Amino acid sequence: MYNFKRQFLSGPYIIWIVGFIVLPILVICYYGITDASGSFTLENIIAISEPIHMKALLLSLKLALVSTLLCLALSYPLAMILNGLHVKHQSFIVFIFVLPMWMNFMLRILAWQLILSNNGILNTVFQALGLPRVSLLNTPAAVVFGMVYDYLPFMILPIYNSMSRIGNDIVDAARDLGCNKFQVFAKIILPLTVSGVLSGIIMVFVPALTSFVISNLLGGGKVLLIGNVIEQEFMQNTNWNMGSGLSIVLMIFVIASMAFMNSHNKEGEGTAVW
Amino acid sequence: MEKELIHLSHISKSYDGSLVLDDLDLKIRENEFMTLLGPSGCGKTTTLRLLGGFETPDAGSVFFDGADITALPPNERKLNTVFQKYALFPHMSIAENIAFGLKISKKSKSYISDKIKYALKLVNLDGFEKRSVDSLSGGQQQRIAIARAIVNEPKVLLLDEPLGALDLKLRQDMQYELIRLKEELGITFVYVTHDQEEALTMSDTIVVMNQGYIQQIGTPEDIYNEPTNAFVADFIGDSNIIDGTMIKDKLVNILGVTIPCVDTGFGQNKPVDVVIRPEDVELSDPPNGFMEGDIVSIIFKGVHYEIEVRANGYDWLVHTTKLFSVGTHVGISVIPFNIQIMNKPESSDEKAVEIDV
Repeated sequence: MYNFKRQFLSGPYIIWIVGFIVLPILVICYYGITDASGSFTLENIIAISEPIHMKALLLSLKLALVSTLLCLALSYPLAMILNGLHVKHQSFIVFIFVLPMWMNFMLRILAWQLILSNNGILNTVFQALGLPRVSLLNTPAAVVFGMVYDYLPFMILPIYNSMSRIGNDIVDAARDLGCNKFQVFAKIILPLTVSGVLSGIIMVFVPALTSFVISNLLGGGKVLLIGNVIEQEFMQNTNWNMGSGLSIVLMIFVIASMAFMNSHNKEGEGTAVW
Repeated sequence: MEKELIHLSHISKSYDGSLVLDDLDLKIRENEFMTLLGPSGCGKTTTLRLLGGFETPDAGSVFFDGADITALPPNERKLNTVFQKYALFPHMSIAENIAFGLKISKKSKSYISDKIKYALKLVNLDGFEKRSVDSLSGGQQQRIAIARAIVNEPKVLLLDEPLGALDLKLRQDMQYELIRLKEELGITFVYVTHDQEEALTMSDTIVVMNQGYIQQIGTPEDIYNEPTNAFVADFIGDSNIIDGTMIKDKLVNILGVTIPCVDTGFGQNKPVDVVIRPEDVELSDPPNGFMEGDIVSIIFKGVHYEIEVRANGYDWLVHTTKLFSVGTHVGISVIPFNIQIMNKPESSDEKAVEIDV
């Protein structure tokens, strides 16, 4: 009886998981392997090999990879600087970095649209400085800009978390045993932050791979990512079967990349932010 | 007498404007087990960190084997540290932890594996090579930390309250273990603790510190039997510390009674601190003794009874193996040899004595 009551408490979560996670996935799988008449087909999944779809998928992978690497390159030194700061200031500066996450996602991207556009703030500044104008908007570079800006906190936080858990005495011990500062980094700091880096990579790479809003707003329809293709199948072509089939392919890529990351996370302690 | 190995010369250090060490001067000899003893905030850990190279002094120099190493970073110093919270590397196995220093100094593989075996044997943890840090108890982790430090064959091992996190029984076992290690290795130990029993058990020399000043340096016997001031007397073991007046040589007045003592040279009618160890107080039937009082409380401590006797307005602390009962009227006596007379603190560094007592 006691056990039954305890299990009962998980009821709302089970309803949530079934209703909003399992069921939609099943529906997508169903649409993905059927045609408009409802009979079984693999055409929707094989459709990924069509040149336009393949191009979109490869571009998505490329931009997601570039954004992730840029985020990593920015975040790691930042996390180190943060971690080295006086304790009093640390949480405040972390707060500053996380602050944009509390603003509406669309607003942030729209702001970038204004900054990067041909008559935008960036070009105004360039002009005032006597530099040539750049047309960044509606290029893959603009999409990468948006992604890096949007997902940076998701990279900084797990890295910073894993770094701040390394005690000063661990670093002292390494110094004591003969490490110079570079060796301390290579043999202590880096290995102990791998789990943070891996969760950061997943948390940036996966949303970047599946994003379509950023490429819509900053790519202006000229940068077609796999997310945009799927969106168009659903919204414009109302071909739910095709959209679902491509979604399944994308999901496989997402799951594969997460599995790859997890297999490299020897620590197994997951330094995710939440 | 072994030769001098380390000399901390006129060291001063402050953090955020508050002085932690003030003109500290300390010499450590080869093969010495030296303990820095004092309450928290006395500067003992800072002194150790200065030796290890983790802090640089604001003024003064650190000499090692005659050479000035004040500016040398920790990795270039020939000493190793055992940290309070073990500080083992969590991403490495026990063997990798122990091998760490040797790998950094590029020793050969066979040398390293021999050393790992030797070190694990030395700390009684043979066969632990493959274990992970997490799977070890606190005492085992601390022994690995010691093994990790000593494989590098340092001339000096610095230990920062290494037994602080262990329970009482384990702490006592580890004390004997450390003494044994010290004898087998034949190196200098500098040990930091706030535990006076630890200090008395293990040390060749104890340095009692308070408020950034050295209060007394001496053998455990010296420190216990001949404390130089009231702070040392109070910090090392229990004491009766009573305000007194030195009437003249070998005669002191406490609590309105004039009694003979053995100290001389304090002048006449000078205020002094009189220190009497509880085990040196003898109780007897009145009218024996120089003072009479009533037993206020009795606590059984195992080896002895701890008795409080109120006499002439002072609660005397008495350790005795004889059984008394509460309320008994007793006479108090102390043989002159066991009465320690100390000057009242006067100068600024002596003032540190008064605080915390």
